[in-house]
Order: sequence, then structure tokens, then C-alpha cells
Amino acid sequence: MSVIKKFLQGRSFHQRVQSILSHSILLVGAVIMIIPFVWMLSTSFKAPGKTFVYPPEWIPDPVVWQNYPEMWTALPFNWFAFNSFKIGILSTIGQVLTCSMAAFAFSALNFKGRDTLFLLLIATLMIPYQVTLIPSFILFARIGWVGTHLPLWVPAFWGGAFGTFLLRQFFLTIPLELADSARIDGANIWQIFWHIYLPLARPAMATLGIFTFMWSWNDLLNPLIYVTELKQLTLTVGLSLFQNQRFGGQWPLMMAGAVVSILPILIAFFVAQKYFIQGIAMTGIKR
Amino acid sequence: MQSGIHLRKGEKFWLWILLAPTLFGLVFGTLGPVLAAFGISFMDWDVITPPTFNGIGNYTRLLADPTFGKALKNTLYYAGVTVPVAAILSLLLAMVMNQKIRAITWYRTIYFLPVVSSTIAVALVWSWIYSKDFGLLNYALRQVGIEPVAWLASSKWAMPAVIIMGIWGQLGTGMIIFLAGLQSIPQSYYEAAEVDGANQLQRLRHITLPLITPSLFFYIIITMIDAFQAFEQIYIMTRGGPANATTTIVYYIYRNAFRNFKMGYASAQAVVFFLIIMILTLIYWRLQEKWVFYDG
Repeated sequence: MSVIKKFLQGRSFHQRVQSILSHSILLVGAVIMIIPFVWMLSTSFKAPGKTFVYPPEWIPDPVVWQNYPEMWTALPFNWFAFNSFKIGILSTIGQVLTCSMAAFAFSALNFKGRDTLFLLLIATLMIPYQVTLIPSFILFARIGWVGTHLPLWVPAFWGGAFGTFLLRQFFLTIPLELADSARIDGANIWQIFWHIYLPLARPAMATLGIFTFMWSWNDLLNPLIYVTELKQLTLTVGLSLFQNQRFGGQWPLMMAGAVVSILPILIAFFVAQKYFIQGIAMTGIKR
Repeated sequence: MQSGIHLRKGEKFWLWILLAPTLFGLVFGTLGPVLAAFGISFMDWDVITPPTFNGIGNYTRLLADPTFGKALKNTLYYAGVTVPVAAILSLLLAMVMNQKIRAITWYRTIYFLPVVSSTIAVALVWSWIYSKDFGLLNYALRQVGIEPVAWLASSKWAMPAVIIMGIWGQLGTGMIIFLAGLQSIPQSYYEAAEVDGANQLQRLRHITLPLITPSLFFYIIITMIDAFQAFEQIYIMTRGGPANATTTIVYYIYRNAFRNFKMGYASAQAVVFFLIIMILTLIYWRLQEKWVFYDG
């Protein structure tokens, strides 16, 4: 009680009511937000028969750790995880590198047609990907890339409207005087990019990198279309295989798979929360 | 006059290096494929045998295809409910959170969890929650005397079920965007209004709401794009069923192109959908000046 008393001390009645009301709203909301995750975790430790128990058990008894190794070996999850990491890391390198190159040109250099080209690039954000999906597939089929991982990460090395926009926003905050004084010392534009802009832009690059990795990791449609062999699948597609006949209704295994698939991004989120929040807020606020 | 460093002699080379990936992507990754999609939409093509010209055959067929109409309606239904409801809820949450709340980082983390989790994992757990006989939701409903519903197997309830998950998944994005928007409103505006005797409701009406409209405008654009492309949750939870009740445009295109290998027909659908999105975006952009308020 004393905690609550202390909490309410020095506030007017009105403020107290408002504070309690705010906390209640946020708390109820938070419970709703987190229940599916708690349920996922709880189910992943249940014995098979325990999913059909009424009322549902929140804390599994017994705790079946075995679900995790069983799920991991039911399908070649070692490969799935490796593939997801490989594609995610390559995509991240590609996007951060090529988007920052373009963003530097669009924000710090003065060349003819710069703003028109940038506008054209931004306009492509409006093109829904379902339009480019089929021609891209046909193109990749023609050059024999279907059935490989290449269509999943090589396009990340072609720049991108979102990443370029995000990084340009950040580059614009770097004063041009820095580049000017490097100019006087005889630096060429590549050196200015590499030695001045890139080191300063680390936070923005981290933001873009995290988002790229997350999108690649969580993507389902592209691996579904392009990957043809079991050992080449990613975690997302592998997880969706749990829905077939052989595993149908085995919720503990499916939930164990779900937990494993969100774990890496979740850990990254806890470690680098700042960059996640920044990425969402930055694209939204600066104009 | 545009600002920026002027290029010296011989530096054109470096400029080309910097822009080469982007130009390549623009031509071969975006603009080329868009043109190709138009072209393919006038053909019959299964990728294996050579394409045959089909004129506007795909388009006339599309007009007569009830499933396409249904997929269009479903997509608009999904986006039209998910986006506004999530916008209102997350704006409310952000406003509550914008006061000096203890443990704000905790709340923020929890609300943001669905945003960073893969839709596949999240859709799997929601399918389990929606399960008819042993699902968590029906258990909760039974406690208050409501008969269990076969959520994902009922053509009436499948879409609302997918929508509920969609709203749940979008709250975190909205909350972050609105919180940043709210925090960028200068405190002095509120103080000045208080001096003038404005009550809390008036401050909300005349300061907070107008100044949050740019964030709202942005939020609606990014979540609309996301909602129009709803695929993964459909693939995991319903596979477009029952009786196409949850077949969205992307799901239908996927089925036509990569299950039935009707590339021409699927391209025609993509083109029509593209035009619809373009028109909607233009209208939305035009309406911007009617309600979005840019300060300063």
C-alpha cells in the first residue's frame, strides 16, 4: 500500500484518476498484445495430448523440452536456419552498401538531373510488388536462377527506394562544410563518401540493416516461389510445412518452430531497440 | 540552384559507380518488369511453352471472373477495416503513453513485439487461438456463455478473424509513429492554450489533432500498402478459404501465376490492381490539403 501511497503523493485528485486510468488502458492493451506470445511459448512445452485439455493450461505440466529437438529434426531445420541467415546477411550487406552509395549522391553531390532521378526512384515506392513479381520470376527462370537462392539476395544489391530515402534523410543532416573542407584537402568524392559520410551515418545504416534483415528473414512469398528443394528452404517456408498432413494438429511442434523462428529477430530487437524505433519514427516524421 | 558538392574533372566516373546499382535496379528491377507485366497481360503463357498473343482476352475474362471481383472486395474489406481501426486505437494508445508514464519502455516493447515477429509465426499461433474445439478464443467466449465459432472455417467469420490479427499486428507501428509525432509538438503551444483558458478537450481538438495529421497521413499510406499486399497471413491461416471468403488479390495472383501457371491472366490482374491502387493513391494525395496540417 505504501508504494501506491507514495506513487499518488503530491498529485491532485484529477491527476491521480488520470494516471490510474492511463495505466489501466495500457495494461489491458499490453496483456492483449502479449497473450499470443505467452500462449505460443506455453504450448511449445506441452505434451501432445495436453493441447486438448479444458480449461487450457498456461503453465505446462509436464514441461516437455523434447518438443524442440523433435521439431528441429522432423525437417532439416539446420539447413533452413542456415539458409535464412545466409540470405538475410547477404541482403543486408547489399542494401546498406548500395543504398548508402545512392543516398550519398542524392544528398551531397551536385549533378544534372539529380532531383528528377530521385523523384522517379521515390515514385517507384507506389508500385505494388505483385506487378513486378511475375516478370521478375520469368526473368530469373530464363537465366536459370529459379531453384537457387540468387533471386532472394542479388536484387538487394540493386539499391532500393526505401533504403535510399531513409539514408538520404540522414545524410542531409550532415553539414556540407565537412565535405567542403575535405575538398580543400584534395579528397575526391569517393573518399568523402567513404571517410566522412559512412562513419557518420552508422546509426542510420544500422537502422536500415536491421530492417532489411528482418524483412528478408520474415519473407515468405519469394522463397515460396523461387526455392524448389527441401534443403534450400528458409525457416518461414519450413515452418509453413508443419501445416501439412504429417504434422497437422501437432500444435506443440508448430509453436516450438514459431518460437525458434522469431527468436533471432527478438534478440536483435532487445539489443538494438533504439534503431528499430528510430527507423519507424524517422521515415514518418522528417519530411 | 541545388546545393551539393560540384564534381571535378574526371569524377563523373565515381558518380556512375555510386549510382550504378540504383540505376540498374530501376531499369531491370522495377520499370522494366512493370512494362513487361503490361506486355505479358496480353498473352497466354505457362512459362514452359512459348507465349501466344491473346489481345484483351485476359481482361475480358477477368471482368467475368467472380473470384477476381471477390478478391478485390476482400482486399478492400481487409484494408478498409484494419487500417482505420488500427489507426484510431494506436493513436489513442500513443496519446495515453505520451503523458509522463512510468515503465513506458516496457509498454513500448510489448506493443512492438508483433511488428518484429514474422507474420508466419504469428499467424500460426493465431490459427491455434482460433481453433474451434480447443482454441483459446472459444474457451474465453464459452466462459461468458457464447457458443464456440469455427472462426477460420466459417465464410462469415474467417475474414473478421484475419482482420483482428491484422489490427493486433499493426498497433505497434502506429504507436511509434504517433508517439514521435506527439512528442514533436512544441510544449509551448499547450502552455499558451492553457493561459488562454482552453480546457483539455479544446487543446486536444485544436492543437493535438491538427498537428498529428502529418503522422496520420504517413501512417495510413504505409499501412494501406501493407494491407493491400496481405498474403502471408492468408496463406497460413486459410489458404484463401473457405469458399474464397479470404482470397485477397495477392493470394489470387499467387495462385494463378505459381500454382496454375497462368502468367498472362495473373499479370492482367496485377495490372488492374496496380491501376486501382494508383487511382486511390492519387485521390488520397489530392485530399491531403483538405485535412493534413503542416506546421510552420
